[in-house]
Amino acid sequence: MLDDLSSQFLPSTVGGLAAGAIYALIALGYTMVYGVLRLINFAHSEIFMIGAFASLFVLITMGISAPLTGIALVGMLLLMMIVSMAAAGGAAVVLEQVAYKPLRKKGASRLAALISAIGASLFLQELFALIVIPEVFDTPGRNTVPVPRIADRDVLFSIGNANIRTDHVIVIVAALAMMIVLDQVVNRSRMGRGIRATAQDPEAAVLMGVNIDNVVRLTFLLGGAMAGVAGMLYAFEYENLIFNVGFILGVKAFTAAVLGGIGNIRGALVGGFALGLIENWGAIFLGSEWKDVTAFVVLVIVLMFRPTGILGESLQRARA
Amino acid sequence: MALTLTLSACAGSGDDGNGGDGGGDGASTVTIGFMGDLTGENSAIVIPPRDGAKMAIDEYNAGDPDVKIELKEYDTQGKPEQATALVAQAVGQDKITALIGPAFSGESKAVGAQLDEAGIPSISASATNPGLAENGWKFWHRVVANDNDQGPGIAEFLTKAFSPKKAFIISDDQEYSVGLAESVKASFDEGGVPTETDKFAQTASDYSSSVEKIRSSNADVIFFGGYYAQGGRLLKQLRDANVKTPFVSGDGSLDAQLVTAAGAPAAEGAILGCPCNIPSADVEGALKTFYDNFKKATGNDPAIYATEGYDAATAFIKAVEAGNTTSDKINEFLSTVEFEGVSKPIKFKENGEPEANDIFIYEVVDGTVTLLGTSAEATLK
Repeated sequence: MLDDLSSQFLPSTVGGLAAGAIYALIALGYTMVYGVLRLINFAHSEIFMIGAFASLFVLITMGISAPLTGIALVGMLLLMMIVSMAAAGGAAVVLEQVAYKPLRKKGASRLAALISAIGASLFLQELFALIVIPEVFDTPGRNTVPVPRIADRDVLFSIGNANIRTDHVIVIVAALAMMIVLDQVVNRSRMGRGIRATAQDPEAAVLMGVNIDNVVRLTFLLGGAMAGVAGMLYAFEYENLIFNVGFILGVKAFTAAVLGGIGNIRGALVGGFALGLIENWGAIFLGSEWKDVTAFVVLVIVLMFRPTGILGESLQRARA
Repeated sequence: MALTLTLSACAGSGDDGNGGDGGGDGASTVTIGFMGDLTGENSAIVIPPRDGAKMAIDEYNAGDPDVKIELKEYDTQGKPEQATALVAQAVGQDKITALIGPAFSGESKAVGAQLDEAGIPSISASATNPGLAENGWKFWHRVVANDNDQGPGIAEFLTKAFSPKKAFIISDDQEYSVGLAESVKASFDEGGVPTETDKFAQTASDYSSSVEKIRSSNADVIFFGGYYAQGGRLLKQLRDANVKTPFVSGDGSLDAQLVTAAGAPAAEGAILGCPCNIPSADVEGALKTFYDNFKKATGNDPAIYATEGYDAATAFIKAVEAGNTTSDKINEFLSTVEFEGVSKPIKFKENGEPEANDIFIYEVVDGTVTLLGTSAEATLK
C-alpha cells in the first residue's frame, strides 16, 4: 500500500492536474450561466464537443500529419484555440437564442428551460452523429474519430518519479492562462460589471440601465469560449473524439462547479483541479474503477460541511 | 415428431411450369436459412459469415448437382423477439430444412427450443455464449469455440511466448470485459503466474491512474479485457507514458479501429486473441484460396466469422451431397461429419460444440491485424 503510494503519487498528481484543468474550463460555463440565469445549461457539454471537433477540423484542413515543434507548434495551438473558441462561443450564443431566450421572454418556468436544455443537448449529439461526423470527418457517425498528433510526448523534466511531458505543460498552462483572463474580464471590465450586477440582482441591474439580453449573450459567449478551449485541449491531449464525448465530462465539470461553489468563477477552478486530483489519488488505493465513487463521496462530504461548496461565496455576492 | 420434408420442384416459382415437374432427378432443391443481424447496429459481425455461407453454396450449386441448395436470409437485427417470429415463418411457411445461425447468443437462446421442437438442424458461425450447449438441444451446433475457451487459450499463448513473471490484467466495467479479464486471470492463477489488476469506467477518457499502476507493477505483459474503443485509448496513453510492456486483448478489440484509436505507432505489436479465424493477405494453403475467392466474390477482405460461415454451410452441403435431404437425416449426418474446414477441422461433439476449440492469435504488424495461427502454434513476428 505504501509502496503504491510512493510509486504512484507524483505521476498520478500530474495526470490529475491535466484532467482537472479541462474539468475546470468546462465548469466555468456552468457556473457563469448559473450565476446569471439560475439555469443549469445541460447542453454545455455539447458546446465543449463542438469546440473539440472544431480543433480537429483545423488540423484536417491544415493537413497536419506529423508532430510540430517550436513556433509552428505554438502557432498551430493558437489557431486551434481561436477557431475552437469562436465555434464554441458562437454555438453557445445561438443555443441561448434558440433554446432559452424564447422561454425566458415568455416567462416560462425554470423546469421548461431545463427540458429545453436536455433537448438541445440530444439534438446536438445526434446532429454530429448523423450528419457532421459522417459528412465532414468521413467517419461513421458513432465511431471514435482519431485526432492527428501535433506535439511529441517528450519528457520536459522530472519531479521525483513523475515525468512531466510537453503536453501536460501545454494543457495546464493554457487552462490557467485562460482562467486568469476570464477572471480579469469579469472583475475589471465594464462588460464584466454588467455580468456581476445581473448575477447579484437582475431587476436592480435593469433599473440601472444594464441590458440583460446583452449580458446573457455575453455570459454564454464567454462560457462557450472557455468550453471551446477545453475542447481544443481535450482533442490535443487525448486524441480521440466521439459524438457523445461531452456527456461524461459535462457531468464531471458540473460536479466540479458544485464542489468549488456554483456561481463562483474561482470556485470552478478550485473544484476542477480538486476533482481531477481526488479521482487520481483515490484510484491509487482503491483502483481506477472507484474514481467516480471517490469523487462523489468527497463532494457529499464537502457539501455536508460547506453547503455552498469549497469557496462558497457565489458570483452575485462577490465584490458587491 | 413430424418432419418437414422440403423437396420442392425447382420450377415451382409459378410461371410456366414446364421443366422438371414432380421433383424428378436433378430438379430438386433444399432450402437452408441464414439468420442473424443483417441490417442492425452489429451487422458488421454478421454480414461476413453470411457472405461466407453464400459463397460455399454458390460454389456448390455451380457444380450443377442433383439437389440444389437455396439460401434464404432472415434478418433479425440481432433482436431475440424478432428471431422468434422469423423462426416460425421459416419453419411454417418457407419450410426450411436447416438453418445457419442465429448469429448471436441472445437470439440463439431465444429460438433454440423452437428449432429443437421443429427438428431443424442449426449451425451457428458466431454465437459464443458457453451456456448454449447446456440446454440439451439435439439439433443445435456451432463451429466456433465458446467464451470459456478464449481466456485459457490466450493465457496459454502468453505464457509460452513471454514466460511472464507477472501479468497485469485490466478491463473496463462492461460485462463482456470483466468476464474475459477474469477468465484470463484465472488461467494465469492456475499457471502460477502472479497478477495485478485494475479496472476503469467504460466512460472514462483519462487513464493516467491505470497507466501508473501498470508502470509500477513492472509486469511483463498486459492483458486488456474489453472493446477496441477503450483498448485503443488505453494503449495510446500507455505508449505515450513510455510503458512498452506487450499489450494483449481479446476478440472485442480485434478490429482495425483499435489501430485507429491508438494510432499506428502505439498499436504496433499489439496481440489479439479470438475464437474466429480471419485470414489476412499473407496466409497460405486453403486459407489463401478462401481469401482470394472471398475477395473475388464480395470485393472485400474476409472479415470476422467469414470462414466460420463458410464452414457451417459446407457441413450442410456435405450432408446434402451424401444424399440427405430431410432435416432428420441431415442432423444425423452432422453427428458423424468430419472434414477439414477452412477455419478449423469440423467435427461436432454430442452437445453440438465443435471438437476443435482453437483460439486464434493475431498481431498488429505494420498497422494491420495479421493472423499468426492457433494459440498452440502461433509465434510472434
